[in-house]
Amino acid sequence: MIWDLLIAALLVISGLFGLIGAFGLLKLRAPMQRLHAPTKATTVGVGAALLASAGTAVLVGDAPWQEAMVAVFLFLTAPLTALYLAKAHLHGTVDRKGLPPTGTGSDWAGFTPPPQE
Amino acid sequence: MMRRLYPHPYLSLLLVMVWLLLVNRLALGSLVMAAFLATVIPLLTSAYWPARPRLQSPMRLVAYVALVVWDIILANIQVAVIVLFKPADQIRSAWITVPLDLTSPEAITLLAGTITMTPGTITADFSADGQALLIHALHAPDPDAVRDDIKARYEDRLKRIFI
Amino acid sequence: MMTAYALSFAIGCFALALLLNLWRLITSPTLPDRILAVDTMVVNVIALVVLYGIKSGTGLNFEAAVLFAMTGFISTVAFCKYLLRGSIIE
Repeated sequence: MIWDLLIAALLVISGLFGLIGAFGLLKLRAPMQRLHAPTKATTVGVGAALLASAGTAVLVGDAPWQEAMVAVFLFLTAPLTALYLAKAHLHGTVDRKGLPPTGTGSDWAGFTPPPQE
Repeated sequence: MMRRLYPHPYLSLLLVMVWLLLVNRLALGSLVMAAFLATVIPLLTSAYWPARPRLQSPMRLVAYVALVVWDIILANIQVAVIVLFKPADQIRSAWITVPLDLTSPEAITLLAGTITMTPGTITADFSADGQALLIHALHAPDPDAVRDDIKARYEDRLKRIFI
Repeated sequence: MMTAYALSFAIGCFALALLLNLWRLITSPTLPDRILAVDTMVVNVIALVVLYGIKSGTGLNFEAAVLFAMTGFISTVAFCKYLLRGSIIE
């Protein structure tokens, strides 16, 4: 009974976060702000859905290894897609003069030409 | 000999585990395939990853992961509240420079990933000499506080995990 | 019973999220925004695959979820590299 309640709560949370991610993508104005809502909220939405799936698997008596694999894969790739999208924004839509200085003497890596071989 | 054949023993072990989970049954054939992949992939990629990361205390890494998971949950509630209830013209976004004390590439990668997954911040770039990270914060009325928080909460712990 | 209602609610939420993302994809002002919309759609589809696994009672459709996760990730990175450098494989 409590187990069912937990799974139901996880499902509701997952749906809400998925919706919030999509809503944020539409609502936020600056391109860099839009990066925040989906990369995080949607990832947690899927994470909650995977937890619910793991919960039902345990209920039947299976070990939820595969759910764990998908979760690990999603949480490892989410920062990388966010980084690549941020870099695309830095070169396309963001004013470079608005960036703070590095404070280390060299420029940001995205604006430094790659070393010649 | 063993060292040259297996430049990254933990990576090899991880590859075996991942392959066995992917095929999802324990048979001799999949074990052989897993061993083959665990030997070949680290050898082929070792040119891009010459040095071994040195862990000071693996137990602290587990505690760190637990802390980050907890922070991800809190962070998402915060971001959800900002997205849902804050009017779009009241959101104060900011670019923040975080100077780094960490030197190991693995530690910096882990810190950058942590920053992206936690409270309203995204790692956007790093300086060419690898001594500072460029971060975008969704809503940061006080950018200096965000920077100090990152340094105290995550970088300090990572400094103690990686040498 | 309660789980069934929650499941329908979650599936409805993700379907609506997919529609909103599609709207964003059509109306987005910049190219990186379009990539972001497609990436979010991929993650939402993974969620739908997982939820369908619970609904059908056959467990997780693991291969479908992993394939979506991998192709989604790689296509996002490839798109971004194309925007940054003008080519994917250098």
